[in-house]
Parts: sequence; structure tokens; C-alpha cells
Amino acid sequence: MKVNGPLAGIGWAFTRDLKLAWRNRGDVMLVPIFFFIVLMCFPLAIGAERSMLSRIGPGVVWVAALLSSLLAAHRIFAADFADGTLEQMALLDAPLSAITFGKMLAHWVSTALPVVVLSPVAALQYDLPPALIGLLALTLLIGTPIFSAITAAGAALTLGVRSGGALLGLLTLPLAAPVLIFGAGALAEARAGLPYDAYLAILGAGSMIALMALPFACAAAIKLALD
Amino acid sequence: MNSPPLICATALAAERGLRPLFSNLSLSVNAGDALYLRGANGSGKTTLLRLLAGLTHAESGEIVRPQQVLYWGHASAVKDELTAHENLCLLCANESIPAAQISAALARCGLAGRSSVLARRLSAGQRRRVGLAWLTLSSAKLWLLDEPTTALDAQGHALLAEILNAHAQAGGAAIIATHSDIAGLKSAPQVLALST
Repeated sequence: MKVNGPLAGIGWAFTRDLKLAWRNRGDVMLVPIFFFIVLMCFPLAIGAERSMLSRIGPGVVWVAALLSSLLAAHRIFAADFADGTLEQMALLDAPLSAITFGKMLAHWVSTALPVVVLSPVAALQYDLPPALIGLLALTLLIGTPIFSAITAAGAALTLGVRSGGALLGLLTLPLAAPVLIFGAGALAEARAGLPYDAYLAILGAGSMIALMALPFACAAAIKLALD
Repeated sequence: MNSPPLICATALAAERGLRPLFSNLSLSVNAGDALYLRGANGSGKTTLLRLLAGLTHAESGEIVRPQQVLYWGHASAVKDELTAHENLCLLCANESIPAAQISAALARCGLAGRSSVLARRLSAGQRRRVGLAWLTLSSAKLWLLDEPTTALDAQGHALLAEILNAHAQAGGAAIIATHSDIAGLKSAPQVLALST
């Protein structure tokens, strides 16, 4: 395969990282398992009062999705940085931002998509009405690409930094807060019977902007780390 | 004096942290030539190679390099989770090379029976041999090799010399950071010594 332009670069990085994720599926599986376990903890700690669980459910699922995206974040660039393949990517004919975009997409598919798929099952523990369960999965589907993009940028910025994992959390959690507000907000509006399309539109716009802008930030950060 | 040098660097200066590594360093390598970088540990051989590859920025100076450069660093750039064949396909991403040719290159570098083995099960020398196979397939005119003999056995050394000879014959150039000479090169490389 000849990687000589942005599109070829995206495809090359996407298939490469998906293949690597498949080979490391034991590790990748930890992310949805972690998501599920966090969601199990809340009913255990708070008690099985249905109205309470139903009220906090959407917010808790969103927070769990954010935490699980953090858990997965470090793997997107660190291994490639350590074994020298990242510097080879920087030397490809394709722009590095295209490569990072492909990696971001593969990262989302392998770590966030399982969480989205699993979320309706997890939400059953919170006694959500069926309509809300569908909407929950939809908001996660639209919103989690922002998490993947932000954590990827954080991972690129903390490349080669000792205790990068903790720093990554500090860097990215504040940036992810608006996503949390609009994601859980859509569900709160829907529960109250109010229109929620604006929330979905803002999440969608955020996803587009994050996926378009942050690959460039990632590429710049990687170049700094290699320098 | 007929063709311009493949790579030409003038008045390069670099520092690592706050310590200057070298300054006012110039070099040029013509097609068909090779250059050894010599120097003690920490004298800046790797930094110079990364500078020439375009991975690092110089404090000052200018580099004119060909469009395609092959940089083979300390790290083997081999993924543990992929087979030798898959790794080589990824390394050759700048060119379109059919799978049969990839297998042939691996076989030539002594990995005939190991091409579908995960790299995690290969020895250090065998991982470096994936890199040797990469050299045989590369169409880049300029090679920047950082300690290419690491972990290679005697036969591997001979293979490297053979590959470098073929590269020189095809009009390619190589800059090699190494502590020991590579036996069997047809024309003796020039030497650039870096001092600490």
C-alpha cells in the first residue's frame, strides 16, 4: 500500500490501529468492562431506590463513559512512541495530521464504540424508560468522538512525560466537561418532555470540530515530543 | 562535480538540553558514497541523524535533503503484535510493494520460515533483520542508519555490507552512526568524527 496523501494516510493508520487493537483485544476489552463495573458500583453504593437511580442514571452513564475513555487514552500513541514506529509515521509522505486522524478514528471504534453498544444494557440497572435508553445510546454515539479526540490530544501532549497518565486526566477532564453537560442535559430535557434536539446538534457540532481540529494539535504535539 | 550532493548540510548547530552538542558542522554526501559518524557516547551522533532526517530541528544551519529519506533508528520500529511480514508491509508504507516481494525480502534476510511469526517471538537480531529486509526494498536514495549492526550476527553483518554495496551501486548514499567498521564494504566510507 502506498501512503502518499491525506486520504491514504487516514486509511493506512485506521486499518493499522484496528488490526493492532484486534491483536491486543484482551487489553482493549478492559475498557467496556471498566465501564460496566463503574456502573455497577453506583446502585451498590446508593441503594436500589428506583426513582433515585432513574434520576441519576443518565449522568452516571456519561461520567462512566468519560472515565473509561481516559482509561484507554494512554495507549493511542505511547506504544508507538516507545517502539519507534511513531517516528516512522512522522517520516511518511502523508501528513502526520492525517495519520493521527486515522488513529483517532480507530481508537474511537475500538474503545468508545463498545461502550456505546453496551450502554443500553448497562442502563437497565438504572430503571430508565426505553425511550431514554435509546436516546442515551444516541447521545453517547454523537458525543464520545469528542472524548476520543480530546484524550488523544492529551496523550500526544504527555508523550514521554513521567506520570503522564495522571497529567492526562488533569488536562482532559476539564475540557470534556461541556460534553458531559450537553450529553446528560439532552437526557434531562427529554425526561421532562422538553425538546432536546438543540443538545444533540451542539454535541454533533462539537464532534465535527473536535475531529477536524484536534488531529492537527496531535500532530504538532507529536512533533514536539520527537524533537 | 557533475551532480549535486544527495544531502548537504551547512553550519549546523544542535544542543541537548542546555548543553551544546556541536556547532558549525557541515557535511555533504554524494550519490554512491557512504559516511561514518564516529564519536563517544553522547557526542550527538543520533541527534545529527535525526536532524538530517528532519525529525529534530537544528538551532541553526541549513539542510538540503532529498524528498525521501530512510531513517532507521535505535528502536527497531517493529510492532510486537504483528508478524514480520505485516511489520515489513507497514515499514514500506511509502512505496507500493507486492506481498510476494515482501516475502522474498524476508527470506533473503534469513527470516524465511519466520515471516508469519509474531514479532514478539522473534529474537533481537531477527527483529533487526526485519529492518535489513526493509533496506532491501526501500527506494529512498538516502539512508540514515543509527547503529545498524546492533544485535546482528556475523552473517547479518555480511548481509548488511552486501545491501549497502548494492545501495551504493544503485546511486544511493548512506550515513551510518557506528562504533565499528562494517566489514566487506566495496568502497571505504568517509569518516566524520564528533567530539564531546
